[in-house]
Amino acid sequence: MKKKLVTLTATAILGLTAVSAQAAILDDVKAKGYVQCGVTGGVPGFSAPDSNNVWTGIEVDFCRAMAAAVFNDAEAVRYTSLTSQERFTALSAGEVDVLSRTTTWTMSRDTQLGISFVGTMFYDGQGFMVRKADGIESALDLSGAAICIESGTTTELNAADYFAANGMEFNTVVFVDQDEVVKAYEDGRCDVYTTDSSALAAERSKFANPDDHIILPEIISKEPLGPVVRAGDTQWFNLARWTYFALLEAEELGVTSANVDEMLGSDNPAIKRLLGVEGDFGTPLGVTKDWAYQIIKTVGNYAESYERNVGPSTPIGLERGLNALWKDGGIQYAPPIR
Amino acid sequence: MTDITYVRPSLVEARPAPRSTTGVLAWLQKNLFATPTDAVLTLFGALFLLWAVPPLVNFVFINAVGINGTVEECRVETAGACWAYVWSEMEFFIYGFYDMSELWRPNIVFALGAALLIPLLIPKVPFKRTNALLLLIVFPVISYYLLAGGVFGLKPMPTEKWGGLLVTLIISAVGIIVSFPLGIILALGRQSKMPVIKMLCIGFIELVRAVPLITILFMASIMLPLFMPQGTTVDKLLRALVGVTLFSAAYVAEIVRGGLQAIPRGQYEAAASLGLSYWKQMYFIILPQALKHVIPGIVNNAIALFKDTSLVYIVGMKDLLEAVKTKNDTALEWQSGNTATTGYLFAAAVFWMFCFSMSRYSMFMERRLNTGYKR
Repeated sequence: MKKKLVTLTATAILGLTAVSAQAAILDDVKAKGYVQCGVTGGVPGFSAPDSNNVWTGIEVDFCRAMAAAVFNDAEAVRYTSLTSQERFTALSAGEVDVLSRTTTWTMSRDTQLGISFVGTMFYDGQGFMVRKADGIESALDLSGAAICIESGTTTELNAADYFAANGMEFNTVVFVDQDEVVKAYEDGRCDVYTTDSSALAAERSKFANPDDHIILPEIISKEPLGPVVRAGDTQWFNLARWTYFALLEAEELGVTSANVDEMLGSDNPAIKRLLGVEGDFGTPLGVTKDWAYQIIKTVGNYAESYERNVGPSTPIGLERGLNALWKDGGIQYAPPIR
Repeated sequence: MTDITYVRPSLVEARPAPRSTTGVLAWLQKNLFATPTDAVLTLFGALFLLWAVPPLVNFVFINAVGINGTVEECRVETAGACWAYVWSEMEFFIYGFYDMSELWRPNIVFALGAALLIPLLIPKVPFKRTNALLLLIVFPVISYYLLAGGVFGLKPMPTEKWGGLLVTLIISAVGIIVSFPLGIILALGRQSKMPVIKMLCIGFIELVRAVPLITILFMASIMLPLFMPQGTTVDKLLRALVGVTLFSAAYVAEIVRGGLQAIPRGQYEAAASLGLSYWKQMYFIILPQALKHVIPGIVNNAIALFKDTSLVYIVGMKDLLEAVKTKNDTALEWQSGNTATTGYLFAAAVFWMFCFSMSRYSMFMERRLNTGYKR
């Protein structure tokens, strides 16, 4: 009996999911007049309120870019602040149209949750921070050093794996709370602090003297962070994916929010195709011919968003690293628009 | 003839009370050093105050950076609380993501609420009935349209943009006010002689009381969407409101039941013998007496609910505490050693102010209503 009930419930839920797969998200979005975007509760540089209490960040820029593509208006976005527990439910229940919330792309999430990862907006990975005065230049010099770490996280497991693989002595000082970890490192109770490198940079910017600390070049885990949409709606998925590619393509072709109007007159066929001067790549996506022009005009290209939110000139101060374009030594790569 | 009197014509001049019962020393002895245990406790108390108060005063006032200060001043090693940070982020703490240009709307709601609530709380002010109707029926409607917009050319402000103190006050006010009648009905239902009503009320009360608020909110935010048909999304704020209200109603019901049980059986019988209907018995005879008994319990519940509103961070809403926490984490331009501490101090002070006012007002009400029961 109980089993029967479980089966029935499961069927009901699956039934609902199947219904959701058929509804065209783009039509819904156009009808309601805005893109509902799921963001974090506040991670500096990624999605956080600025001094005017408006959402900003590299992930927020992605949602704005989608709104620009659909409505020619980057402000046609509403934000829902989601906790990490509720994010996938909110997405599959249709409470948000796109989830752009420091979500790591993993196989189980991609294949088991009824959601699809669009791409990697930000290649993150676990790194190490040490005091400059200690003269450490590589993670391989860390054998036996006291490492401040948050307990029960993948961070801890990654570090243990890395130290074991390199035959180094693993010596941790474990805390339950991220804030305690940072405090302990700052107070000198350990020599090394480890977590995702973007978070390392954000924490460093809060220190009294950020320049006394360096982040070591080694990245010991893969944390590709990217936007996510519901699985099954190819049109919406394509729009999200090509919004991301358009940001990259624009950087590659040197089209910025400042020069996009001049570029309309460019002779370069790739730029002509990107901006909709030649050919029509928007209509198959369900948007207008100049969709990419609208994105670049209002949000800018990938480099602009990166520099504005997390780049070296911001308090977060992250170098491009892996997030540079493929031709600049990174791995951000967009297929051609043709 | 000489005046010989055996009765004193004038009163003996009053002498001052013995030295040992007046003056500072006597007061000290009576109140602080009456017994050796008292003396030891007094000394410990004094030492504790000496240890705790000066650093606190230093931190909060003397070394603090005023509201016009800069972040550089806050970053100085010896600086205390960074009030400049709280001042500069005040809009976020009070209104959340509400558009800066539209802040007059919540401000009107705040002002209107205060203007209607304060006269209602002062017993001498007349027109209580009109006042209560305005506050409980007209005011919520006006506030909703003013805050949410979308009518009369007001810019729509989805509830995702509401935050800070605004959300804390909305949730606690709605929770406290709506749960009160709901709780009374549940309490009466629990004592009802009709089995179906009785079972339903008991079932609801016991179910809700057996589950933590955090679980109810979690259910509302994560499970509920899965059961709803695609495309129908219930507003997050509404979900939190319903969750908090139902939760509080179950507790109010049990508090009120305590009051109902304190009423002697004779009162019920007397009311019935007057030929009053059930509702009239309750309204005129039983509830006025029962509720008077349970004011402390009800206020206790209201205060607890006010503080529990912070749990709505579970559904991703930014109440006052969560707004402070968000800015502590993300306002990088204000980072200094004491920024976060100052933010939390501010939140604590606001919560304290509201809870303390509620408890003082309840004591005042008790004194006013308790004339017949003073012990």
